[in-house]
Amino acid sequence: MNEVTVFIMGKGYRVPAGLTIMKAMEYAGYRLTRGCGCRGGYCGACATVYRLKGDYRLYADLACQTPVQDGMYIAQLPFTPAERPPYVLDELKPEGATLLALFPELARCVACNTCTKACPQKLEVMDAVQASLRGDIRQVAELTFDCVSCGLCTMRCPAEISHHHVWQLARRLNGAYLTPRAEHVQARVAEIAAGKFNGELDRLVRMTRDELVAAYKARQIEA
Amino acid sequence: MKRLAYFPGCAMKDQARADEAGTLHALALLGYEIAEIPRWNCCGTVYSLAQDDLMRHVGPVRNLVRVQGMGERRVLTLCAMCYGTLARSARFVQDPERLQRINAFMDTEDDFRGGIEVVHLLTLLRDEVGYEKLAARVKRSLDGLRIATYYGCVLLRPREFAVDDPDRPEVMERVVEALGGTPVAFPERTECCGAYLTVGRKDIVEERVERILRSARGGGADVVVTTCPLCQFNLAERRLPQAPSVPVLYLGQVLGWALGAEEPAIADLLAGRPGASEPVCSGGAR
Repeated sequence: MNEVTVFIMGKGYRVPAGLTIMKAMEYAGYRLTRGCGCRGGYCGACATVYRLKGDYRLYADLACQTPVQDGMYIAQLPFTPAERPPYVLDELKPEGATLLALFPELARCVACNTCTKACPQKLEVMDAVQASLRGDIRQVAELTFDCVSCGLCTMRCPAEISHHHVWQLARRLNGAYLTPRAEHVQARVAEIAAGKFNGELDRLVRMTRDELVAAYKARQIEA
Repeated sequence: MKRLAYFPGCAMKDQARADEAGTLHALALLGYEIAEIPRWNCCGTVYSLAQDDLMRHVGPVRNLVRVQGMGERRVLTLCAMCYGTLARSARFVQDPERLQRINAFMDTEDDFRGGIEVVHLLTLLRDEVGYEKLAARVKRSLDGLRIATYYGCVLLRPREFAVDDPDRPEVMERVVEALGGTPVAFPERTECCGAYLTVGRKDIVEERVERILRSARGGGADVVVTTCPLCQFNLAERRLPQAPSVPVLYLGQVLGWALGAEEPAIADLLAGRPGASEPVCSGGAR
């Protein structure tokens, strides 16, 4: 079997090449109760940092998405402490002053770009901090759309910004105030409230099992 | 058209939008193709005086790297604060050892090679456009509007980065004259507005702002103009009830209006002057 040597929390293990960091840890005997969620790269729970032999860089990635390499030094960061002040979205305005009032540490950014280098989603994190500083909420929301809140940028930031909480607020402000209303959805909600579909629903409820199966099989399917 | 790299800075995209709009309108008429630098970040706002605090220079230098990446040798700023931090950091990293350390730190960017000149709008208007050409492009004169030109600190201090003689500056007055305005004698024009004390010691800023506005009003000013967003904020927002109610605008608003941009603030000022009965538009250069 093609194997590589990895060091998990400082202890060496021989593991099959081609495993992800997460599977390598389980292969080595770790039972993951934290730092492990969807296993699909969406939940952001398995934030991990590692170094490679002979390379000064500290890499950051998601354990479930990253294949092991020979000579990898691995540590997991299952949780990032980060302050999120309480707010009521309905009482906020979609402007830069809102972000700065709740997260004044944004103004401590020195544009070192360490956050960007730490992002497993390859987001332009520093650009989003800068867009926050100039009050461009829409730009923040767009730049951070794929943020999985893993917390790696927050852990690395010398200005101690709680990025993912800022991004979440920016996306909420963008959705609530800056994005055009979906009028067709509101129209449909009104139709439902007015009982337009009640008859159809009642008919389904009254069907026998055989009638339901037949109706299901005869349903319209999009090509 | 002459291409010119442009660093807006955060304020130009937020509270100083009117400054940017007026200035960019004017610069286009003056023959400049303004190229906003890509992915710029905050200038750093406050220039770090610590000799060993290299981290504080990463922000401004990263912007200069972006200018270099555009193939440009100089960059324009409108904001007095941005001018100060960018120009001073550009000088700071002329030291090879500092430059080498900053380049080593910014290992995902192209190495900064230095040699980028940071230009403020006022020096551009004086040294490259020239007052005469500026006057020739005026579409509607400021019609003698009495303007107090407020420099504040960072345009003139420290001396080696001053856009003009730090003790007797005249560039802003000359620009105002070229636009058809009347600069007023204004002893407090180079005094500090109190700057960041506006956060923790409003009382000091309020006292200074009152003194500055009294000085401007004493000279007969209809309006105060500045190129600094922090000065503009302090002069406009940190007023005690007894302070004179003279309006405070950005130079770009005055400049843009004179060169034909829409700027309701100036139109209102000209219309609202005591004894103003003549049409606001004087129909061309003086």
